[in-house]
Amino acid sequence: MTSWQNNRARRDARIAAGAVLARGKVVEAGNATRLLEAVIRPGDRICLEGDNQKQADLLSRALLAVDLSRVNDLHMVQSGVVLPEHLDLFDRGIAKRLDYAYSGPQSARIARMLFGGKIELGAVHTYLELFARYFIDLTPHVALIAAVSADHDGNLYTGPNTEDTPTVVEATAFKDGIVIAQVNEIVEHVPRVDIPADRVHFVVKSDKPFFVEPLFTRDPAAITEGQILTAMLAIKGIYAPYGVQRLNHGIGFSTAAIELLLPTFGERLGLKGKIATHFALNPHPALIPAIESGWVRQIHSFGSEVGMDDYIRARSDVYFTGSDGSLRSNRAFCQTAGLYACDMFIGSTLQIDLQGNSSTVTTSRIAGFGGAPNMGADARGRRHPSEPWLKAGAESDPDGSPLMRRGRKLVVQIGETFGDKNVPLFVEKLDAIELAEKLELELAPIMIYGDDVTHIVTEEGVANLLLCRTAQEREQAIRGVAGYTDVGRRRDHGMVAHLRERGVIRRPEDIGINPLDADRSLLAARSIKDLVRWSGGLYTPPSKFRNW
Amino acid sequence: MEDLRFEHSVRTRAGGTRQSAIVGVVASGNLEVLVERVLPDAECAIEIRTAAVGFGEVWTAVIGDFVDRYSPGGLRFSINDGGARPDTVSLRLAQAVRSITENGQ
Repeated sequence: MTSWQNNRARRDARIAAGAVLARGKVVEAGNATRLLEAVIRPGDRICLEGDNQKQADLLSRALLAVDLSRVNDLHMVQSGVVLPEHLDLFDRGIAKRLDYAYSGPQSARIARMLFGGKIELGAVHTYLELFARYFIDLTPHVALIAAVSADHDGNLYTGPNTEDTPTVVEATAFKDGIVIAQVNEIVEHVPRVDIPADRVHFVVKSDKPFFVEPLFTRDPAAITEGQILTAMLAIKGIYAPYGVQRLNHGIGFSTAAIELLLPTFGERLGLKGKIATHFALNPHPALIPAIESGWVRQIHSFGSEVGMDDYIRARSDVYFTGSDGSLRSNRAFCQTAGLYACDMFIGSTLQIDLQGNSSTVTTSRIAGFGGAPNMGADARGRRHPSEPWLKAGAESDPDGSPLMRRGRKLVVQIGETFGDKNVPLFVEKLDAIELAEKLELELAPIMIYGDDVTHIVTEEGVANLLLCRTAQEREQAIRGVAGYTDVGRRRDHGMVAHLRERGVIRRPEDIGINPLDADRSLLAARSIKDLVRWSGGLYTPPSKFRNW
Repeated sequence: MEDLRFEHSVRTRAGGTRQSAIVGVVASGNLEVLVERVLPDAECAIEIRTAAVGFGEVWTAVIGDFVDRYSPGGLRFSINDGGARPDTVSLRLAQAVRSITENGQ
């Protein structure tokens, strides 16, 4: 007779093997490795929770210590490759194959390991795409997650950094997988239930809180005049004319500069209430002055940010908070919000080619993409109108029928023509293509495709790619804002002048901005300490950002 | 270190009466520009001492655009460069012109 419940039986056997190490669901930290050896089988798909923020660090170390004869050839399916242990797993042979989205701090090592054949790469995804695959063809057998606290039944409180946890647990627990949570403490009653106990099989109490990277904190003291100029161009040249109210910002210094210019430069332009009111955004400290000045109505967040918890709790009109008063973040929902409910994405990149394709992948660094490909893509399934979306659609297809014409999401790449160490932002050929050729990938790791990019902002001006009608115009529009890079110096001056007459390229003076006015005195906060002051002492920055 | 020197003939004399001005700082990725009103009205000179070797072509382009745009007649610029990016160089040169064309000492 055919059995239709084999997976459930296998799951129950795994739970039984682990249960001998547990009291109820609770396993001592010292037994974490034995627990993993008991429940994991060779070749399993494992989600080791870690994204660009919180990390199941105790469980990472425990997995690294397993007996290789019992646990090997794992297929890691996880948002972030962030901790050294994540890659040590491949060095030891515990893991073999990898599907992921982001690898910021490990970008150089992951590149070396890919070239060295230590890792079989599935694909570099955007977050929402990897989450989607958890429900179709990359469903984890075992999920190793991180939470703030658990009660004795296994109900979990994830605190402000809920992030990926509900999505990972949903995919694992409802498809016969095992969920193991590391928690900072075990309590009588959790402050709120973020994950119900019947989805959690084991709880391991960690000796110290899980690691969280303060990835979204930008020190205003490090913002340059060039970044201030590009921020001014973006506000006056894009936010204002399109009336962009619903948006997402990247994590670079240029967008931090925009956040800090809203209450000063933006206020003087009379834009308060007309732009930047609703965000899909982490709790960026740089946005505090704009919030305190009444610019921002609502923010939904992917995760939290170190030091922002008290401020968020005190500003629940702006942020999403739970019954306990603390932030509730959710990466999958916030990525969905960024895709469907935002009219603009603005962010930085490392390389842009002549058609506007961009990537943060270089031959020596594979940083992954995080949410950018999703935020920075036109949602083809979108059906609701808004002023910026319709205006952008009209610019790209002026002859189309207004009732039938798709709108367009504004996808803006902002940056200075030369980045760190004088490396040019603009290139003839992306390093991502060379990488794909060397690694024999079927697809080059492009972060944002050129046909999704609508504007490029540099200190030289704004290029509106929606108004370009041919590939040649597009190339010259990009060369025309590429400054003194090789790409910029090889422009066709006649064609660039013509594009400027048509408003495809707008120089600072065309927008009414004098580059000499781009001064640090325009920033609403010029230091981390200023941000603390704006927050009324509610923002408590991590020590690495304190210099007083 | 590399030394570069550019001389340009220009259309008009830089405005204002100040005799000299200094902007910027010598630091990595930054530059200091000393500007002095010491040349005939139709001439302009830019002397560069830079920590970044081999960027003569970029300097030629940056200086050419700057002279074209501001016509800084009568001015001599002495640049002490710590490997600044071209956009920073353009900004500092423009700031130097603004400073010396302000009235006063």
